[in-house]
Amino acid sequence: MDRYDAIVVGGGHNGLVNGAYLARAGLRTLVLERRHLVGGAAITEELHPSYWFTTFSYALSLLRPQIIQELELTKHGFLPLLMPARFAPGDDGEYLLFNRDRDETLREIARLSPHDADGYEQYGHDLDRVCQAIRPLLDTVPPDIFSDDPEEVVALAALGSRLRSLDKRTLHNAVRLLTGSAADFLDDYFDSTLLKGYLASSSIIGSKVGPRSQGSGLVLLFHSLGEHDGDYGTWAFHKGGNGGFTQVLARAAEAFGAEIRTESPVERVLTRDGEATGVALADGTEIGADVVVSALDPRRTFLELVDPREMPDDLVEDIRRLKFQGVSSKVNFALDGLPEHPVLGTRPDLYRGFMNIGPSIDYLEHAFDDAKYGRYSDHPYIDCAIQSTIDPDMAPPGKHVLSCFVQYTPYELRASGWDAEREPMADRVQATLERFFPGFGDLVLHREVQTPLDIERTIGLSEGSIFAGEFLAPQMFFFRPAPGWSQYRTPIAGYYQCGSGTHPGGCVMGAPGRLAARQILGDRSRARGE
Amino acid sequence: MIRTTPFHERTSALNETGLWQHWSGHVVVTRYQASDKFEYFAVRNSAGIFDTSPLYKYRIAGRDAERFLSGMLARDIRRCPPGNAQYTTWLDERGFVLEDGVIQHRAPDEFLLTAAEPNFAWFADRVGRLAVTIEEVSLDIGTLAVQGPRSRDLLRRLVPSVSELPFFGITTGTIGGRGVTVSRTGYTGDLGYEIWVDTPDATTAWDAVWDAADGYGVLPYGMGALYMLRIEAGLLLLGADFDSSRFAFNDAHRSTPLELGWAWMFKGLEDDDRPFIGRRALERERADKTSRWRMVGLVVDWEDYERAYSEAGLIPPKDHRPVHEDWMVYDADRSRVGYATSIMYSPVLQQHIALARVRPDLARPGSRVFLEFTVDHHYEQVAAHVARLPLYNPERKTA
Repeated sequence: MDRYDAIVVGGGHNGLVNGAYLARAGLRTLVLERRHLVGGAAITEELHPSYWFTTFSYALSLLRPQIIQELELTKHGFLPLLMPARFAPGDDGEYLLFNRDRDETLREIARLSPHDADGYEQYGHDLDRVCQAIRPLLDTVPPDIFSDDPEEVVALAALGSRLRSLDKRTLHNAVRLLTGSAADFLDDYFDSTLLKGYLASSSIIGSKVGPRSQGSGLVLLFHSLGEHDGDYGTWAFHKGGNGGFTQVLARAAEAFGAEIRTESPVERVLTRDGEATGVALADGTEIGADVVVSALDPRRTFLELVDPREMPDDLVEDIRRLKFQGVSSKVNFALDGLPEHPVLGTRPDLYRGFMNIGPSIDYLEHAFDDAKYGRYSDHPYIDCAIQSTIDPDMAPPGKHVLSCFVQYTPYELRASGWDAEREPMADRVQATLERFFPGFGDLVLHREVQTPLDIERTIGLSEGSIFAGEFLAPQMFFFRPAPGWSQYRTPIAGYYQCGSGTHPGGCVMGAPGRLAARQILGDRSRARGE
Repeated sequence: MIRTTPFHERTSALNETGLWQHWSGHVVVTRYQASDKFEYFAVRNSAGIFDTSPLYKYRIAGRDAERFLSGMLARDIRRCPPGNAQYTTWLDERGFVLEDGVIQHRAPDEFLLTAAEPNFAWFADRVGRLAVTIEEVSLDIGTLAVQGPRSRDLLRRLVPSVSELPFFGITTGTIGGRGVTVSRTGYTGDLGYEIWVDTPDATTAWDAVWDAADGYGVLPYGMGALYMLRIEAGLLLLGADFDSSRFAFNDAHRSTPLELGWAWMFKGLEDDDRPFIGRRALERERADKTSRWRMVGLVVDWEDYERAYSEAGLIPPKDHRPVHEDWMVYDADRSRVGYATSIMYSPVLQQHIALARVRPDLARPGSRVFLEFTVDHHYEQVAAHVARLPLYNPERKTA
C-alpha cells in the first residue's frame, strides 16, 4: 500500500493551499482530486473554442496576502490583474461609473447625490476601520470556547481584549454589520437609490438573504474583507482566470514536493481505533497516511467520507442542521463585441471591472422575494465581469467572455426542477441584460449555465452552496462548521478539515487551508513532544 | 516653448486625464486614463505603446565612426556588428559615468546613439582628425515603443522580420507604407520593440500600429507606468539613480559603472586593447577593489513591513507609484550602509522593491539590511534583503 504523511482529499483551492503548506513543512503529501483537473470551483475552461470561462467562480476575491508570500506564488506565475473600474447601470440610462481616480469617483457620486459624496468617504473609512479590526480573525484559528484548556482560555481572553481595544464607534459598527441588515447600515450614509443598490449587492452574494434581512450586514462585511495590493475591499482578476490561479497553486504545491493525482475520487477515509489511517479510492485502491485532510464541504467531510456512526451524535445533528441553501448560478456568455449602454455606448472603460445589475435595494429585495417562495428571480441580481477586457487571452481578438453571477436561483425550486428550468432561467438573465444594454442578445455567440444543482453535481458543493455552508452568524467563527469543531480537527484523530466550510469561510481566500495546515503541523509537533 | 512629439496628435486624442508632464523639453502623457497601474498591466500581460520620442538622438557616421566610438564608449562597440544595438555608457577620465544610452549600429559606418541629456559637444569636441560626422537628429525621428508579451505577434504582422529579431537586434521594414527601423529594445524589461520613424511619417506609423493592435488588449501607457516598469526591470534613470559626473559638484554625486552594477559590460576587458576614456581608472577600480557601492535590488520583508504599520494602527500602504528619492539603508547594527534611490510596490512581484546602493561587502544576494521608511511621522527601519537585478526578468524578454 502506498503511504504518505498526509493525504488531502479534494484539489480545490483550499485543498491545494493546505497540501502546499504541509509539503512545505516537509510532509510527504498527496492531493487527491476526483475530477480531471484541480481547482474545485476555481477553474477556467475552454468551454467554447478559444473562449475561456471561469466556469463557477469569477474573481480572486479574498485571497490572504500571506499565502502569496509564504507559498512563493509569484515564482509560479501568480499575476493578479487590476480591474480598474466598476459600473452600475440604472434604469432609463442612469448609471454610476467608478474608476481608480478617487476624486473623479466622488464627483461621479455627487452627480447623483451631493450628500453621498462625502457619505461615500465616511462609509469607506468606517468600513475600513471595522475590516481592520476583524481582518486578523481571518488569520487566526478560532479559540475553542467550550474548552477548559488554559491555552484556549488565554486565546479567548486575547480576543476579548482585542475587542475592548476598539473605539466605540468601530465596535458598534462591527456589531451592527455582524447582526443587522445591510440596508439599515447603508441608509445611514446614502440617499442615492442606485448607489445603495450597488453597495447592497455585496450583502447578498451567495446567501439566501435579502439586503433588508438581518444577517445581510455580515455578508456585506465579509465581502469587504478582501484586499488587493493593500486596497481593502477590492478584488483582482487572476491571469487566466481563477483556473489560472489554482494552476499556480498546484505548481507551488508540487514545487514544495506535494504530489497531485487527478481522476482519483476518494470513497472513504480509513480509520482504525478512532484514528485515520488513510483513504480508499472509488476503484478500491487504498493509500495509507498519518494525516487525512478533507477539503470537501462539512456534509461530505462528516457524513460521507466517514461513517456518521463514528461521530458523536450532537456533531452529526449539527452538521445536518447546517444551512447550505445555494441560491447562486453562473451564466457565462461568449460575446461578439462589447455591450452598448444607451447613454455611454461601448466605451471599453465601462467594462474593465465588475458591472453590477442591482439598481436599487428594492430591486434586490424583490429578487429575494422570489427565492423565499421557491422561485428563481424574475428580475435577477447579476454581478457581471467581461473578463477579456482585463485579460485579452480569454477570448479571440475583439471578442469577449462575460461572466454573470446570478441571484436568486434557489437550489430547491418549489414547482419545478433545475433540469427543466436551467435555460428558462438563463433566458431571464439574458432578458435582464437586454433591459440595461439594448441589443445585448445580438452579441451572444454562446451561453453556459450552471445552476446550484449543476454546481453540486459537477464539483460536489452540497446544494450548490458556493461557500460550503452559508454565511450566517450561527455558522461562523466558533461555530463553523459546528460548535466545538471550528479548529480544523474532527473526532477522529488524524482526520482534519480544511474546506470553505471551516473558518473563516468561502470565497477564493485560502485561509481555511492555511490555518488547517498550521493546526495539523502544531498537533504533529505536540505529539512529538516538541 | 515646450515642444510636442511627432505623435502628439495621437497621444493627445487618447489622453483622457488631461495629465501631462515635461520630458526633455517635450510635453508627454503622464497617464492616459485613471489608472497608471492598468496601463502597466497592459505591458506585463498584453502590450503597451509608449511615445519615447523626446530622447536625444545623434547620428554618428563616417569611415572612422566605429574607431571613434570605441574610444568614447566604455563598452566595446566593436562587439556590436551592424544590425545590432548595444546598451552602453560613457565615462570621464576618472572613470565616473557621464551617461548611459542605447546605440544602434545601423550600417557599417553609421550609428544612432540615444541619450537622455544633450551630449553633442562631449562627442563632437573629441572627433579630432577622424573621419566622423555627428549630427543631432533628435527632432527628425519619432520613436514608438511597443512592449509586452504580445508585442512580437502584433509587430510581425507589420514587419515580418521582427519574428526572428534577437534581443538587441535591429531590422528595417515598412509600417503604413513608411520606412521604419525596428529595434528589439525598450525600457520595460519585457519582450518589446522600438519603432524609429521619420517625423513626417510618425502619425502614419502610429495609425498602422494602432489599427493592428485593435482587439488585442493593447493600451498606450504614460510616464507613470514607464517608471514602474523600469524599476522592476532594474533599468536605471539618470537624475534618479545616478547623476552625470560632468555636472556633479562632488564625488558623492558621481558613480562608476562598477558601482552602478554594470560590471557585465566589461567582461573580456583584458582581451580588449581599446584605449577608451576612463579605462585606466576603471582598471584600477577593478584591481584595487575601490568601488564604494554596488547597485542592487532590495526586496522588503513583507512581514516586517506589515508589522511596522500595524503597530501604528495603520493599513500598510502598497503604493505602486515609484518614489525617486534617497532612502537610507542600514545594517543590523543600524550603521548606514547605503541608500535606495527608487522604490515602489511591485504588482507582479507582490513586494516592495527598491534600487539601492549598498557597500560592496553587502551586495551578495540574500544579505540582510534595513530600509528606512517613515511611519506615523517617525523613522522606522524595516528589514529587507539584497537581490540580484533585474528583480523582474521574464524569459520572454530575451527568448
